[in-house]
Amino acid sequence: MSDSRQSSTTLAIQASLKKRYARERRFQWYGRLAVLTGFIFLFILLADIIVKGSPAFTQHYIELDIDFSAEMLGVGENPSAEEIASADFLAVVKDSLREQFPDVTGRSEKKALYRLISIRAEYTLRDMVLADPGLIGTHKNVWLLAHAEAGSYLKGQVDVTAPEAERRVKDAQVAWLDTLRAEGRTESRFNSTFFLSGDSREPELAGIKAALYGSFFTLMVTFCLAFPIGVMAAIYLEEFAPRNRLTDLIEININNLAAVPSIVFGLLGLAVFINFFELPRSAPLVGGIVLSLMTLPTIIITSRAAIQAVSPSIHEAAMGVGASKLQTVFHHVLPVAMPGILTGSIIGMAQALGETAPLLMIGMVAFIMDVPGGVTDPSTVLPVQIYLWADSPERGFTEKTSAAIMVLMGFLILMNALAVYLRKRFELK
Amino acid sequence: MSATTAVNENTRSMMERNVSMDKTSALEMERQADMEAYKTIGSPLVKDAKMSARNVNVFYGDKQAILDVSLDIGRNEVLAMIGPSGCGKSTFLRTLNRMNDIIPICRVQGDITLDGEDIYKSNQDTVMLRARVGMVFQKPNPFPKSIYENVAYGPRIHGLAHSKAEMDEIVENSLRRASLFDEVKDQLDKPGTGLSGGQQQRLCIARAIAVSPEVILMDEPCSALDPIATARIEELIDDLKEKYTIAIVTHSMQQAARVSQRTAYFHLGKLIEVGSTKDIFTIPQHQLTENYITGRFG
Ligand SMILES: Nc1ncnc2c1ncn2[C@@H]1O[C@H](COP(=O)(O)OP(=O)(O)O)[C@@H](O)[C@H]1O
Ligand SMILES: [Mg+2]
Repeated sequence: MSDSRQSSTTLAIQASLKKRYARERRFQWYGRLAVLTGFIFLFILLADIIVKGSPAFTQHYIELDIDFSAEMLGVGENPSAEEIASADFLAVVKDSLREQFPDVTGRSEKKALYRLISIRAEYTLRDMVLADPGLIGTHKNVWLLAHAEAGSYLKGQVDVTAPEAERRVKDAQVAWLDTLRAEGRTESRFNSTFFLSGDSREPELAGIKAALYGSFFTLMVTFCLAFPIGVMAAIYLEEFAPRNRLTDLIEININNLAAVPSIVFGLLGLAVFINFFELPRSAPLVGGIVLSLMTLPTIIITSRAAIQAVSPSIHEAAMGVGASKLQTVFHHVLPVAMPGILTGSIIGMAQALGETAPLLMIGMVAFIMDVPGGVTDPSTVLPVQIYLWADSPERGFTEKTSAAIMVLMGFLILMNALAVYLRKRFELK
Repeated sequence: MSATTAVNENTRSMMERNVSMDKTSALEMERQADMEAYKTIGSPLVKDAKMSARNVNVFYGDKQAILDVSLDIGRNEVLAMIGPSGCGKSTFLRTLNRMNDIIPICRVQGDITLDGEDIYKSNQDTVMLRARVGMVFQKPNPFPKSIYENVAYGPRIHGLAHSKAEMDEIVENSLRRASLFDEVKDQLDKPGTGLSGGQQQRLCIARAIAVSPEVILMDEPCSALDPIATARIEELIDDLKEKYTIAIVTHSMQQAARVSQRTAYFHLGKLIEVGSTKDIFTIPQHQLTENYITGRFG
């Protein structure tokens, strides 16, 4: 009797086991599928950005035989610096292009020919002569930056089979560029301009330096405000504040603030800091204040969690040898909670770095060519620069948009890596 | 019971000081009747006590954890507190250096004195008190800092050392007295949390004695340790009583028998019986005590 009961139980379990294992396997497959889908989307996104953006890191240069004759420049025998500065270097470039392609005659044809070289060439040559006035009266081969459209053809981004009317690089230009390339007069170089200049109307001259500085100043302001205030608030709420209705209310409101759409903070910044306190528009100062309001809840919440996670036995140990509450917190609790606090703060900063909407509200969307020198200078930030470029129709800005996204993501990854590193480092101890 | 908390905030401080004389509240009288149901057997009071507790009641919110306990700790003696878990040993021990202050819902009534001075008086500084009445906890809890720093921390915040050399001396002496120095002298800069459990507990004892306390409270200091580490701590306690007054909570009756001169038996918040350790373990007077030490209970 008991034997048959035994075996029937075994059978029942065996029957159900099969089902249970199948269910588990199915569930695991759902999980894998979900992870895979996520990865595919991430991969597509990254691949798209990298493919579009990486050409922006190189620029083409064209070598021209430049005739620095005094008469062409319109200067005397031994010109002063001012004379050189106001000399007509554009004429020199144009002349050299005409020499290179003597067949070009018509007005519009010549104009197309001149469009091979960036307007930067003028300044390049002027700087050369200013540095070495002895060049006047000599011939010299000089590498000059190509115009964005010419560069885009040289990078192979132009589809020459398309009807001529539909592309910006015309057949004649294609022929000239092919000739130059055949003569070894074109060269691809690393695009340092992208990192060393501010925004520009010309794609080949546009860079992210102004936006990077703007982002840096803005984040500095954010960090200097949000970190100390956030950490102090967290310490007070967690360690000193009595538990009552008021602190409960504060806690709920902090949690709610973390969920407020960021544009609301932008509106607040516009109304309070710019219209009421009359702080400068478009400035990292206001941007930083607005972003710190946005980041504060994140920092407070993560810091409180980090402080709460510190073992109560550390409290007891410190109190037990006669440390005051303040000493206990600053000597023992904070050092242990610090990695968590830093991680939370860095993640908050990363959020702030990528934030666009509130900054649009306070006018950080202006066209900024000059690198800001401080927190009150008009500036823009990386994500806003991306937004601006994404809006520009020129081909050259498309790749710049993606390249700037790559830089922004690089910084975000760096910040998150720092957070992970800090956590790991302190955890080991 | 909830009315007790509501009972006039203004008379509470009065009640705290002098429970037995306060006869105004009906609830209070009811509680007193409840308390009169027991009387501590043995000799809770001693002459020239280092610390003495009189009519101590402790509440966690509405729940009473200690009922009218009066107990003295004599100078340079080791007093063991035993009893089933949850009977309030830790609670009572923690009233002696006001560690209960950390717990917001905890209320203490009655008189507790150190060298005849009330430690619950309103101008009593808890930092000062805890420097004089040190504590060693159930679970070894060294700071996540170096061994040196663990010991030096107390003297440093109290300003007991005036030079590096003096501090080194304090650290070395404390570690020696906790019989840990020889094991760790080459790794003073290593983290204290990297030591073995027994070493950690001795480090905690060194940390406690580094501030030269007069009384050391120990709450089941060996419950997380193996028998060998336990034996070392017990030896240590024996040495320490030359200089310090020690109150130790333990769940091990052998330990109580080995290290203490007097033993107090707690039961459900009441102090049932106190006496010389020898008497308690050989001729217990109360039925509950006997049940407990013969293993029929707890
Ligand atoms: N922080 C606290 N909050 C509420 N009740 C507590 C707290 N600590 C202890 N108690 C209660 O007080 C009683 C005595 O606990 P405790 O002193 O820790 O006992 P023991 O140390 O003898 O095991 C127990 O019933 C316990 O539930
Ligand atoms: Mg206990």
